[in-house]
Amino acid sequence: MSVAAEPPVKNYEVLPKGAANSSTEGELLEVAMGPHHPSTHGVFRMDVVLDGERVVKLKPVFGYLHRNHEKIAEGTTYLSSMPYTDRLDYFCSLTNNWAYALAVEKLAGLQVPERAEYIRVITAELTRLQNHTCLIGFLLQDMGALGTPLMYAFREREKILDLFEGLTGARMMCNYMRFGGCRVDLPAGWLEQARQVVENYPHFLDEYERLLNENEILIARSQGVGVLSRELAVNAGITGPMLRASGVNYDVRKVDRYGFYERFEFKIPLGDHGDVFDRYMIRLLEMRESLKILRSALADIPSGPVMDPKAKLRGFRPKAGEAYGRIEAPKGELGFYLISDGSPNPYRYRVRPPSLINLTILEDLCLGQLVADVVVILGSVDIVLGEVDR
Amino acid sequence: MIPLEQIKALIAAAVPGARVEIVPNDSPSGQRSLLVDSGHGAAAAAFLRDDLELRLDYCSNATGVDWPELEISEKVKVRKVVEGVEKEVEEVKKTRRPGFLETVYHLYSMEKKHGPVILRLRTENRVDRNHLPSLTPVWRSCEFQEREIYDLYGIIFDGHPDLRRILMWDGFADYPMRRDYVPPDDYEYEPTPHDEVLERAKRHCPPEAKA
Repeated sequence: MSVAAEPPVKNYEVLPKGAANSSTEGELLEVAMGPHHPSTHGVFRMDVVLDGERVVKLKPVFGYLHRNHEKIAEGTTYLSSMPYTDRLDYFCSLTNNWAYALAVEKLAGLQVPERAEYIRVITAELTRLQNHTCLIGFLLQDMGALGTPLMYAFREREKILDLFEGLTGARMMCNYMRFGGCRVDLPAGWLEQARQVVENYPHFLDEYERLLNENEILIARSQGVGVLSRELAVNAGITGPMLRASGVNYDVRKVDRYGFYERFEFKIPLGDHGDVFDRYMIRLLEMRESLKILRSALADIPSGPVMDPKAKLRGFRPKAGEAYGRIEAPKGELGFYLISDGSPNPYRYRVRPPSLINLTILEDLCLGQLVADVVVILGSVDIVLGEVDR
Repeated sequence: MIPLEQIKALIAAAVPGARVEIVPNDSPSGQRSLLVDSGHGAAAAAFLRDDLELRLDYCSNATGVDWPELEISEKVKVRKVVEGVEKEVEEVKKTRRPGFLETVYHLYSMEKKHGPVILRLRTENRVDRNHLPSLTPVWRSCEFQEREIYDLYGIIFDGHPDLRRILMWDGFADYPMRRDYVPPDDYEYEPTPHDEVLERAKRHCPPEAKA
């Protein structure tokens, strides 16, 4: 018995070499990057429209972590929102604490003792160090340097987290600042430990820079990619290292002179091109400046109380009115806007999240770039979804 | 930084017909603000950005505030004739302040390094006349923040390039940051609500409210 040989079923077409695929020529491809994508730093989606590999449209979609932080805060007392601010930008809980405490102190007219201000500066600069270190690790991870830079960064971050744990009892959710000071004084031996970390940090930075600065892949993937112009950066309210990478000299530490920053000598590094490489470099330079602040703050921290004796924690009711307080958080300008109606709860509580507002120009940066660069550009913006979604 | 009274006069001179008021602030922060009528809001904002002396090129914070209808009771002393003798009597006088929604913009200058100047715009009421001009054409930083205000407070911004919900999902009906918002009874997602969850859902959303 013989079976007639059937022709093989062909559901594909073999094109001659070099011929364009006529059926998809000129068609646009829609891709949803995220919400579960390792490079989106959390649950975040970008609806990208591609022409070949070029981005022609990009819409960020977020809200996956939205828990209406502002509404929750309006239902509780002023103080009970303090631990909740840790969860905004969970990498930098101490600067979140400070921004909130600063806004409430403005609203109620509280004074902060000198030692407490020094502790605030020290913890904020340590926070900036570990945030920038880790961000560079993540950025390199997004470029494909799997492991090494990130693990180096985490090794150093661990030393700073140990300091936080010794001071506040928690590594990440510190809940340390209070209205009119800080919760507890420094434990014995903490300053010495902190001095040691600060002394050793430049060696790590040297090592890190030797490893990365002249790396061919880093340079090829970051120079000239995602260029942000000066005018757009100012108009779109971009703040933090991203703004300064575009060459705008604006740092809230210098402009508002909150918390004794005028006593320390430090410079504001500025970028030239506003591309991803500048954003990377600005963060490295900022860490060197933070170390300068830390060195002098640790040297001349005065003794004294860490809480204003007149500040009261229980039954705290600021007079009716409103206040906007802001600080230079590692990611940009973090502000809190509060309206009081004289009751124990804030009438209006608003967080000005730097991560969210820095995302405004994500589409402008990505248009015309390759889809692989979208990941790098997003990495250089430095977002934390706990703060974007609130 | 020039005083707020002078800024008020500058706006009144530059934008004909604009009604500008200074909103006092009794708290120690002393941050008073400028209230501009909604019809001239966009023109006043463009003036603040472009004026060579002010140069408020950076809108840091844009946010909404909900002020529901409020009954204010004040004690007023009135002279009255009681039992043939004229006396000073205390009376409680009640006034109603109609509800409105408000947007607040905190403006700074990156060029001159001063600020903040606080700009407020108010809607006529909270129900149907809830339109305000969008300031996104003036400051791009308002783009996401105005979307958030629309999402959470229900203020409709005329002239916004892309007014969609931003934090809540499309198709969500309510405005969660309003003072009178009632949170849903069933927090957990239930594909087919039944029994007590269905009962609660019916109570939460009465059928006549849907229409």
